[in-house]
Amino acid sequence: MTDIVPPSAEEMRAIVEAHLGLEGPLLPILHAMQDTFGYVPDDAVALIAEALNQTQAEIHGTISFYHDFRRAPAGRHVLRICRAEACQSMGGARLAADTLDRLGVDWHGTTANGAVTVEPVYCLGLCACAPAAMIDGRVAGRLDSAAMGELLQEAGA
Amino acid sequence: MKDFIIPSDDRDMGTPAKTGAPVTLTVDGFQVTVPEGTSVMRAAAEIGIEVPKLCASDNLEAFGSCRLCVVEIEGRRGTPASCTTPVAEGMVVNTQTPRVKKVRKGVMELYISDHPLDCLTCSANGDCELQDMAGAVGLRDMRYTSGRNHYDASGAGTLAQGDMRARAAGTDLGNPDYIPKDDSNPYFSYDPSKCIVCNRCVRACEEVQGTFALTIEGRGFDSRVKAGNAGDDFLTSDCVSCGACVQACPTATLQEKSVVEMGTPDRSVVTTCAYCGVGCSFKAEMKGNELVRMVPYKHGKANRGHSCVKGRFAYGYAHHPDRILSPMIRDRIDEPWREVSWEEALNFAAQRLKRLQATYGRRSIGVITSSRCTNEETYLVQKLARGVFLNNNTDTCARVCHSPTGYGLGQTYGTSAGTQDFDSVEKTDVVMVIGANPTDGHPVFASRLKKRLRQGAKLIVVDPRRIDLVRSAHVEAAHHLPLRPGTNVAVVTAMAHVIVTEGLTDDAFIRARCDTESFADYMEFVSDPRHSPEAVETLTGVPAAELRAAARLYAKGGNASIYYGLGVTEHSQGSTTVIGIANLAMLTGNIGREGVGVNPLRGQNNVQGSCDMGSFPHELPGYRHVKHADARKIYEDLWGVEIDPEPGLRIPNMLDAAVDGTFKGLYCQGEDILQSDPDTKHVAAGLAAMECVIVHDLFLNETANYAHVFLPGSSFLEKDGTFTNAERRINRVRRVMAPRATYADWEVTQLLAQAMGATWTYTHPSQIMAEIAATTPSFAGVDYALLDELGSVQWPCNEAAPEGTPLMHVEGFKRGKGRFIVTEYVATDERTGPRFPLLLTTGRILSQYNVGAQTRRTANTAWHPEDLLEIHPHDAETRGIKEGDWVRLSSRSGETTLRAALTDRMSPGVVYTTFHHPDTQANVITTDYSDWATNCPEYKVTAVQISPSNGPTDWQEDYAAQAAQARRILPAAE
Repeated sequence: MTDIVPPSAEEMRAIVEAHLGLEGPLLPILHAMQDTFGYVPDDAVALIAEALNQTQAEIHGTISFYHDFRRAPAGRHVLRICRAEACQSMGGARLAADTLDRLGVDWHGTTANGAVTVEPVYCLGLCACAPAAMIDGRVAGRLDSAAMGELLQEAGA
Repeated sequence: MKDFIIPSDDRDMGTPAKTGAPVTLTVDGFQVTVPEGTSVMRAAAEIGIEVPKLCASDNLEAFGSCRLCVVEIEGRRGTPASCTTPVAEGMVVNTQTPRVKKVRKGVMELYISDHPLDCLTCSANGDCELQDMAGAVGLRDMRYTSGRNHYDASGAGTLAQGDMRARAAGTDLGNPDYIPKDDSNPYFSYDPSKCIVCNRCVRACEEVQGTFALTIEGRGFDSRVKAGNAGDDFLTSDCVSCGACVQACPTATLQEKSVVEMGTPDRSVVTTCAYCGVGCSFKAEMKGNELVRMVPYKHGKANRGHSCVKGRFAYGYAHHPDRILSPMIRDRIDEPWREVSWEEALNFAAQRLKRLQATYGRRSIGVITSSRCTNEETYLVQKLARGVFLNNNTDTCARVCHSPTGYGLGQTYGTSAGTQDFDSVEKTDVVMVIGANPTDGHPVFASRLKKRLRQGAKLIVVDPRRIDLVRSAHVEAAHHLPLRPGTNVAVVTAMAHVIVTEGLTDDAFIRARCDTESFADYMEFVSDPRHSPEAVETLTGVPAAELRAAARLYAKGGNASIYYGLGVTEHSQGSTTVIGIANLAMLTGNIGREGVGVNPLRGQNNVQGSCDMGSFPHELPGYRHVKHADARKIYEDLWGVEIDPEPGLRIPNMLDAAVDGTFKGLYCQGEDILQSDPDTKHVAAGLAAMECVIVHDLFLNETANYAHVFLPGSSFLEKDGTFTNAERRINRVRRVMAPRATYADWEVTQLLAQAMGATWTYTHPSQIMAEIAATTPSFAGVDYALLDELGSVQWPCNEAAPEGTPLMHVEGFKRGKGRFIVTEYVATDERTGPRFPLLLTTGRILSQYNVGAQTRRTANTAWHPEDLLEIHPHDAETRGIKEGDWVRLSSRSGETTLRAALTDRMSPGVVYTTFHHPDTQANVITTDYSDWATNCPEYKVTAVQISPSNGPTDWQEDYAAQAAQARRILPAAE
């Protein structure tokens, strides 16, 4: 994996300042951080706390409450496999286990070449097309081993 | 005499009390009437029905998360939580039905399934609400077996819940959900494996303390209490160690280390903290003769159940090995000390004092009373001077802090004290904080203030330094006026100018309550354009528009209150600023009701009391001038002596006279004048010139280096008495253990008086208070029985106000009409120039107290191991100074060295330090300029220069050598 250069304070401050006019700006700031950098850098916590006149504990509490916010960069692509009931009843658990095996990672892990990070998700609202997954925000339904293979290949895993 | 008070009603009512129209409901068949808005839980508690609960506590708003307090309400569906359900008229509540019992058992079973069952060896054994509730709901078995958990370091249930091996310190046996104990805080530990995530600690940190250092990390099963950001522990987080979380915790998760070591206490005594002027009430929780912990007392009227790191935890100095427990004497200060019997020491002291009076005259000796000792002790020390030495040479350390308050408020309002109680802050709309840093100096008041600010009150901060209140989590000042040190009078007068010229005065109040003639003079003076914010801007450094906006807010923002500290008084115009503040309150009618007023924040626990007790050389107890024959007669009749009608010497005069050779002997109780008084070299010269210096203290303090007699003191835990806090509240101090050096301080003073021939026969401090009450009108109604009954009382307490006076000047001013006095700004003689271009100002830090004699001897040093010089990065850069460098700090008086801390809290041109450590000796730097009216030293302004340095100055090295020499104690004879 290539070394990650953390974003500069100026870059992060610019994001914070762009959202300060909003009512309840914390979540929009965190989303913008993650959209821009792929994660919420550790140094951002103090910066956000200072700007919102809150404490670092409060910012950390919010970030850690949402599983979608990450504190470290993910792979180039993020694959989310649904583990909710409908998908499980249609073979989702097997599909997930096979996929993790194939990539040689555990949940939240990233492949050695940095291409794909695999995460669980609890229902994509795609129960009619179970088992389902989502890659980089694009949903895919009625997945089987072959279809999953294609997705992964596309992602360069 | 009833010495030990076991708190009678210390029950937790579950949710806070409310005010509102009465509502009547039925709980378990009993009718109860409570104010509207009260929770069902509290209504039940009012008639003695306890609903099981875990996440509720009556100092926190209801949260509704534990689901243990469910009840059934007739006509309503389901099982609502009684803590979050408000009462309604005619409501019929059942707290024990088969259905709720079953729900509670199920909830409890879930809690216990993720909790270690090591109750017998747990530090909260016997003091655990989880344990109590498991008993209350009758939990008998647990159906859930092994699985993911937080209590077993070895992983998913491979060890039994009660197995101690699973939780041995430092074990990492592979359970990713297990978090080891955090022992980083010196006073309490955090054991996440015992946490039930009730959120009480997090809410206490937010609602009660207002620091917001804690959060819940994660969600669902992963939820854990966390201090600070990822990677922080308690010590590195924003935690200020106030102990509110520890007090809130229902389990052993957050637990005092003293309880972990010693076990649970078996009794408690209500007493009063001996640190700052807030005067918090505490329960000293005891086990035999040992103090296990100090817990803030919820019925304490100053603190309402809250505390800070000093009062809550920093009591270890009482058992520090540095404490001197036997009396010592020496003929000359270059000799080592000799330990002797009490009798020998007292006779030695008495003989010397008598000889000095015989040789150099009656007025050649004197006393210094302490603002840390009790009222009774202070009264006796001044009685020693007036009734035994037969002179008025008595002064107190209040000289160097709040003497201008006494003068200024006395002149304008007629009484030398703050006008409000601390509860008043809950009703204020605009708060002006001048020259005070409450979050460090008066932390419990700061927490109460911050709570009000979070409710929407507006804040004005007048301070050269950007103190935490200016902007910190969830608090932001509407206006910060960063004035140049020494220009208080100009700023306050400019505010008055805005109020007067913009027509913001409360004319009805002024007409009815104030003296017309003085008001007319003042109007003419203050409306002069030379006092306008624009005219003084270059002088004060405060932007005129900001000052105008602040003045308008103060005048028209609703109930406006002023809280001020030593940043106001410790100036050459300290008294003038106090007068200016008093004028502002009168101009705007902000006097005489809740939420307003003028409130000095007293530095030490008994500054108010020591002033009340006649410590000053010109005043008998109750602020009656010694020149008045009728006041003297009261004491002359009682004591059978003639009282000197001439005022005695103030501390600086005593020292001057000592250097001149006319003042020869001093009895100094509980004060370290060498470290706390200005111009250390001059103090040292004065002390060295005396022939008998008696130091009565816990430790061999800096002053003791120049003493001939050392009398061991007693800590506040070892004696009975009273302290009077900043709100004039007389609080009882109760003896919880025997004096370690045989005698309480009042007994030592009495023994010294007896050795000099007096016939005092007090056997308990209550008799001293009886004498005070009998001779001092404002204390006429005070006695120990009343204090035991009411908990505390605010003076005046007499026939007119038998239960004391929370608010002063309600109907009219004490002196009749409020008097306006013109406040002409006169620049201090201490000015910056080419040699000394920077201004030094001094202050205090949260974890340390005053000269640090107590706090430096506790684990509080974890937070503040040395004094630092705060300097603006610009000033540092031009001098080539980097963070952490040794710097030389020099003034016209002297020089010292300390390390630099770069911060933009300071304006360029202003530097700041604390005076908690004797190695630094910040008062070597301060000058001997002082307040024109009261001689209160000008600590807050000194022109200085800063330069890089390699280490301690010659003075510091000489001083350290002298101190080492002077502290030698001869080994006891075999």
